[in-house]
Amino acid sequence: MSTKEQKIGEIIAEHHGREGPLLPILHDVQEEFGCVDTEAEALIAKGLNLSRAEVHGVVSFYHDYTPEPETRPVVQICRAEACKARGVENIIGDAKAAAGDRVKIQTVYCLGLCSSGPAARTGDDLHIRLDKEAVTKLVENA
Amino acid sequence: MTQIVKISDDALARAAGADKLAAAFEKKGCEVHRTSSWGMQWLEPLVEIDGKGFGPATLDDVDAILDGSSDKAIGTIEEHPFIAAQTRLTFARAGKTRPLSLEDYEAHGGWSGLKRARQIGPEQIVEEVTASGLRGRGGAGFPTGIKWKTVLGAPGPKKYIVCNADEGDSGTFADRMAMEGDPFALIEGMAIAGEAVGADQGYIYLRSEYPDAIRKLNAALKLCADIIAPFKCEVRVGAGAYVCGEETSLLNSLEGKRGEVRAKPPLPALEGFLGRPTVVNNVLSLAAVPHILKEGGAAEYAERGIGRSKGTMPIQLAGNIKHGGLFEAPFGMTLGQLVNDIGGGTASGRPVKAVQVGGPLGAYLHPDQFDIAFGYEEYADADALIGHAGITVFDDTADMGEMARFAMEFCAAESCGKCTPCRIGAVRGTEIIDRIRSGGRERDTLETAPQMHNTPKDKGRSVEQEIALLTDLCDTMKFGSLCALGGFTPYPVMSALKNWPGDFVNNPDAVEKALDAAE
Repeated sequence: MSTKEQKIGEIIAEHHGREGPLLPILHDVQEEFGCVDTEAEALIAKGLNLSRAEVHGVVSFYHDYTPEPETRPVVQICRAEACKARGVENIIGDAKAAAGDRVKIQTVYCLGLCSSGPAARTGDDLHIRLDKEAVTKLVENA
Repeated sequence: MTQIVKISDDALARAAGADKLAAAFEKKGCEVHRTSSWGMQWLEPLVEIDGKGFGPATLDDVDAILDGSSDKAIGTIEEHPFIAAQTRLTFARAGKTRPLSLEDYEAHGGWSGLKRARQIGPEQIVEEVTASGLRGRGGAGFPTGIKWKTVLGAPGPKKYIVCNADEGDSGTFADRMAMEGDPFALIEGMAIAGEAVGADQGYIYLRSEYPDAIRKLNAALKLCADIIAPFKCEVRVGAGAYVCGEETSLLNSLEGKRGEVRAKPPLPALEGFLGRPTVVNNVLSLAAVPHILKEGGAAEYAERGIGRSKGTMPIQLAGNIKHGGLFEAPFGMTLGQLVNDIGGGTASGRPVKAVQVGGPLGAYLHPDQFDIAFGYEEYADADALIGHAGITVFDDTADMGEMARFAMEFCAAESCGKCTPCRIGAVRGTEIIDRIRSGGRERDTLETAPQMHNTPKDKGRSVEQEIALLTDLCDTMKFGSLCALGGFTPYPVMSALKNWPGDFVNNPDAVEKALDAAE
């Protein structure tokens, strides 16, 4: 048994008996391996007595699960209405320029900081009131 | 005596630098209490000493604040016009208590609603919630008491309370503030709902974009497990799908399925989570319940508001607004009062161009409509909706054609794919708006083929024809979609087109004519 198989087995066992355990399991797998790949899908399907198609359907539905791990640092920038009203579209170019190939700039819709945007998230840290300088600095330090 | 300094640990305050500020005050020998936020977000991080406020404070202000010479002083917080003009029932503890302190919560009236609910029993609870006039704060505005009554009357050995905390609408953050600032109030509301309908298990479906709220609610649930027992409650984290804020899609997600919308009936109240009777309520609805269940609370709630919109609404002032934040007030204030008097106009200082009320699916309102009173029916009459009461202000640099296009694009990106009007309509909608903005379209390759001799020879499609097509598409989406995502996307699109035709085409009269003809 590979370590991956063992770890996923442990995660499934941890959620045993919960009602609707699939999403919590997928969160833990994504957290542990940085992705939910086809191998993980197959193992989870077997563990929960589901078909691989069912598990893949769920994994591919949600934005939070990715088929491959992201090796670059990620900066999430909100581009929903409230942040647009506060000028996020004017600074997104600066963010992308600062990012180059080193950092991944990901669009999210709403971080709940709508009175003080443009807003961004790196890991569990939140950032508000971003302007060109602030967003460049944020991306460079990511 | 050690100086007590209050600084919020709300996510927005933390993003503004509250953690470093708190550490700096601690270093100066102060006792720092990390409280919930007052909701005056333009002043965050806000420092409170003996009831007086200082903000937005930076590390350089620490010494001046302590020796009383700071120019960031805003005076007594409770007397600040933004706070004094509010009626805080759901957010009564905001700014005053430490979110995870059971001691603070009890000292400010916590658990009294649950205690009373346990004495008066299910029928009486449902009656009081109905009498309060509380309606679903998630946007649909369905009377909470009637929903609870249906679940109470539904047969079944196992029932559930599900809290919809998937606050994905841009311009809204009241759920986040309630969960981060007063988590016990939400839990108490859920326990009361459980008492009312006979459910002993609750789930809070919380979006993954709110890490602070997840952490705090999990901690709060651990702390109060004995108080709410036998009721049990658990946080379930979403996975980044906007559509899961729709209740049936949320239930599917909670069951571990794709977040696809279910057709109604059956109502979730009868066949909800795992096919069992389920109360699905928004955070704000449930957080309003502890107050309502206090002695005389229902009457106090019901006497506020206008028409069938009773009680108070935590309104969120967002976007390009000078004084943004949380403003809880009885229904009935005009949009102009909220944007100009309370919000102070735009942050940029430029004129207000448009105001979107109710999140990405809400209509864009023109300043000409600023006399509209805040209420469910009042907005419905104006072809708009209050939704989750988020108000997003735009100044005159906004391109409303671009915003209309974004509404369709967002719907296409977030559609669950179950029903055709939403899944395909949103994609076609984006294309039509692009064509309107580029002045219609020429005949395409297929139309110019010799075999297609019946196609019109003059032009592919004029702007007027494209607008008629968009109007028709929006009607189809409005009446043919399974849920509000496809059903309400036409609101921002059509309101933007009607109010700011000049942002779509060079000749605004053509739009007006085309819209008239389409009707």
